[in-house]
Order: sequence, then C-alpha cells, then structure tokens
Amino acid sequence: MSVIQQRLAEDLESSFVEVVRAYQDAVFSIVLGIVGNREDAEEVTQDALVRAFKALRGYERQRIFELRLRPWLVQIAVNLARNRLRRRRPTVVSLDDVVHEPVSTQFEPHDHAERREEKGELAKMLAELPVGYRVAVVLRHVEGLTYEEISEVLHKPVGTVKVHVHRGLIALQRLVESDEREVLVR
Amino acid sequence: MTPTTAELEIRLQTLHEPAPDAVLFDVLIGSGIADAFVRATSPAGELYIAASAHGVTCVRSAGDDENFRRAYRARFGRDVYSTSRLQFHLRSLAGGLIKEPSRGMVFDLRSCSEFERDVLLKALEIPAGEVRPYGWIAREIGNPNAVRAVGTALGHNPIPVLIPCHRVVRSDGLIGQYSLGGPARKRAMLQSEGLDPDVLENVARRGIRFVGSDTTGIYCFPTCRNAKRITPSHRVEMRSAADASARGYRPCLVCRPAGVA
Repeated sequence: MSVIQQRLAEDLESSFVEVVRAYQDAVFSIVLGIVGNREDAEEVTQDALVRAFKALRGYERQRIFELRLRPWLVQIAVNLARNRLRRRRPTVVSLDDVVHEPVSTQFEPHDHAERREEKGELAKMLAELPVGYRVAVVLRHVEGLTYEEISEVLHKPVGTVKVHVHRGLIALQRLVESDEREVLVR
Repeated sequence: MTPTTAELEIRLQTLHEPAPDAVLFDVLIGSGIADAFVRATSPAGELYIAASAHGVTCVRSAGDDENFRRAYRARFGRDVYSTSRLQFHLRSLAGGLIKEPSRGMVFDLRSCSEFERDVLLKALEIPAGEVRPYGWIAREIGNPNAVRAVGTALGHNPIPVLIPCHRVVRSDGLIGQYSLGGPARKRAMLQSEGLDPDVLENVARRGIRFVGSDTTGIYCFPTCRNAKRITPSHRVEMRSAADASARGYRPCLVCRPAGVA
C-alpha cells in the first residue's frame, strides 16, 4: 500500500488531487493512444478520473488500502476509451489531432518538425491496429505497465497479453515497413 | 529499412504525453472537490466569478487571487482554482448575463438559507432598467413583514451583479446600500442599465411611489416597462396604493405594485 493510498483512505477530498497529479499523464497518454485524437482523449481522461473519485467515495477504507491504484485507474480509462471508439464512426486520425503542441521555431526548427512528424506518423499507424492489439501495445510500451498489470486491466491471462503485445508490435512493424516502401517508390 | 521491434518499442515511448492543464481543474470541478473561478469585466468593475459543478457560486470584486481563495475557502469550504477553459465559457456567459442575468445561468445557492434563496430568486425576476423596493420582494415571497430581513439577505447576496440585488431599492424610493462597492457603485450599475438614479430619487423625494395612465386606469412602479410607455399628458402620479385604488386604478399585472406602501 502506498502513502498516497493511506491518505486517500483518510481524507479522500483533499488527497485526490495528488492522485490526479500523479496519474493524469499516464491516463491521458493511454487514452490518446486508443482514441487517437486529443479532444476525445481530454474528455475521456477527465471522465475517467471523475468516475474514479466517485467510486473511491463509495469504497470502504480496507478496499482503498487493497487497491492496486495504477491498474485500477488504467482499467477505468481503457474501458471508457473503448466505449468512446464504439460510439464513433470509423476513426480518421488527422496529424494535427495527434500532435498539437506549440511549435517553437527558435530552436532547431527542422529537428523539431521532423520529430513531430515522426511521432504523428507512429500515432497514426497505431490507430490502424486492431483495437485489442492497440490497447495491449499502448499499455506495455507507451506507458510501461507490467504484463501482470495489463493482465489485471484487461482481465486476460498474462500469456494472452504477451501474445497480443507481440502481435501488435509485428503488425506495427509491417505498417511502418509498407509506409517506408511507399516513400521509396514515390 | 524496417525497424526492429526493439526500435519500435523505444519510439512508442515518445507517445507518452503530459495531460493538458485543463484536465486537473476539470476533474476537481467535475468531482465537486474544488470550484473554479475566472476574472471578468462588468459595469461593476473587474470581477471574480466562481462556479461549482452545480452552477455559479460567487461574484466578488477582483483583487488578489490568494486572498480570494482564502475567503472562498472560509465561506464555501472548498478550494477554488482559476481555470482557462471555464474562463472562456463563463466569460461569454457573463457578457450576456450582466444584461439578462436570468437567461440560461445556473446558480449554486446551496450555501444560502431557504429564505435567502427565495429572496435572491425573486430579485432575478427584476429586468434590467427597472427597480423594485425591498417591500415588494417581501410581499412577493409571501413574507410581507420581513422587509428588513430581505435587505439583509440581499446584502449577503453571494452572487451580486448576476443576481441583480442592485435593482432592489429602499421602500422610500432612495437607491440605498450596495455590498459590492457601496451606493456609488449601485448608482453606476443602474445607470449602465439605462436608469438615471437622480431622476429616480427626485421622483421618490416628492413622495411619488407609483405612476398610472388615465387612459388604461392601471398603475405601476415608476420604472416598470409599462409605466415608461405612458405619454406625459396621460401620466398620473400617485403617493400610495390606497391613493391609486381610491382613484379607481388597478395594479399592473407585470410589476405587481399592489400592497406595497
């Protein structure tokens, strides 16, 4: 049990802000990887954290102590992100949506633009993966969850999770490969 | 050249991104842990407008953010944060609302007593450019003797400007006090809504409480939109409701002046 959980059990209202600070980036990145655009990702992240708070409010002390906070939060976020996908028409991921950080032109503009492009391309290909593989790859490699944690999040055996992550990576590799071949042909 | 899976794994890590700033505040507000505030400009000067998930909670003159936070915590028992996203939302609301406060705005009056809530919601019914006496509110909420209590409740209005307590004046027709910056501010607010406080007080000093039309036989508060339409040649001034009814006039159904001395 972490310090943060101890405080959560004692005074949820005033310590929940620490949970948000500690996990909002992870939740946002995971959701962004699944839904593919910032606007939806921001909304889903917010929704997931508010739901987490409301759930915690109903939990008894002991249950909060026993929680594995990260996989628990991630599970809420992943479920909401997948719901969001289901509600939407087929995803069209625009580059602008994926990366829209302010572009500084003062420092290495070329380098920055290139990295931005590369990051956008990768996100776009990620969005083309079957959603099951995509979720597994995002959890493992964008956020670095352990296989045990992912197995908890997805309610799947560790072996299955490993297979999904692996197949996801291979599929992503093919996408990158065919994309680069296209560039060569052009 | 095809990247190895190991290379891909490293590139995937770059997709980790910080959450936008608004997330923290939106979560705190959405879960009811904390409230949010924005700065807005109004005829009453620079204001703080704060809101909870339930609606607007509070309007204060803007000053030092830290002081405001402290005072807010003391009054409402919750933290309040400045938020850029709400800023946009509330600013646009406030812009339209200062003119037409009751339109579309949701107020969080949980910190008020039932009586205070009745008083404030009644004040919301007074249109811009018009005023009503304290006694009118007391009567309208079914508590005709609670004139002083109405004054106190309006003096504690947590949401001045948006809930237009400045449109409530003394029963003798004088402009009266204002919690958000005193009587001068109250006059300025009324002026910005198209009323001339001096004219208003002059009429009151002459003992005039109502005006009627000798063509319709109806009498109103002097600032009622129907009273403003009476042409000077048909305008009849009255000192009291008794005076009006003795002369055969009936009260206007819009401003409902009856019963107020």
